[in-house]
Amino acid sequence: MSTTTPIPPRHREIFSVVGLDLEHAGTVSTEVQRILRRMGVEPEVVRRAGIVCFEGEMNIVLYTPGGRIILLVYDDRLELIFSDQGPGIPDVELAKQPGYSTAPDWARELGFGSGMGLPNMEANSDKLEIRSRPGEGTVIRAVIRRGKDETAGGSGATKA
Amino acid sequence: MKLQEVAERLKLEFLVAAAPEVDVKGGYVSDLLSDVLAHAEPGELWLTHQRHLNIVAVAKLRELSGIVCVRGIRPGPEVIQKAKEEQVNLLVSQDNAFQTAGRLHRLLFP
Repeated sequence: MSTTTPIPPRHREIFSVVGLDLEHAGTVSTEVQRILRRMGVEPEVVRRAGIVCFEGEMNIVLYTPGGRIILLVYDDRLELIFSDQGPGIPDVELAKQPGYSTAPDWARELGFGSGMGLPNMEANSDKLEIRSRPGEGTVIRAVIRRGKDETAGGSGATKA
Repeated sequence: MKLQEVAERLKLEFLVAAAPEVDVKGGYVSDLLSDVLAHAEPGELWLTHQRHLNIVAVAKLRELSGIVCVRGIRPGPEVIQKAKEEQVNLLVSQDNAFQTAGRLHRLLFP
């Protein structure tokens, strides 16, 4: 179908995320936004990437011993790849239902675990792939297309 | 309306005045972080009972005009420090969420 040309990313960055480290949770997302802003990525794309990244980062922090996030910046899209060695998601379709959550009480009391994480990631991505195996971990790949003329004075980049 | 003026009119106390001249476009009341990320609009003032570090990241990511901790609940020094670092306006209201939101709404949308 829509095979992407094998152009290397303009920018590539790998972040490690420590599980249960709530104190630093969110730092990758704010750093990703900072990098994208510095690169002149469209504001709306930066915003969406921040949300996708935060939700993915929080899932790693709350549910797994740790993992990593890879940011790939291409001219026409961003990719955020989240991987962890957590317990995995037994039923991905169920986990994607708004409101469904397996968060423990302590996380809910802090305002996490409202069952909106994966739906938020889907809503702010153009493509979201979830691969998970119980007992082994989860890999989520989010693709956010760039060059949409949603904000006035956008980059004007157009797809061929 | 500028945040500075909103703070004066509603008697909000600034804990971090990173950008008091920012325009407050509206308000959002929620204690669920994902809900704020999904539904708060950039420029809105966020009223919450949460007071842990992650609220700073959420406000920053969503480009909110600030965080108002309601009912006099003050966040700890590490949250204040983080807000300073990230340039996020952080305020406290002595009133509860309902009262604060009501006054803010009347002020912004009379």
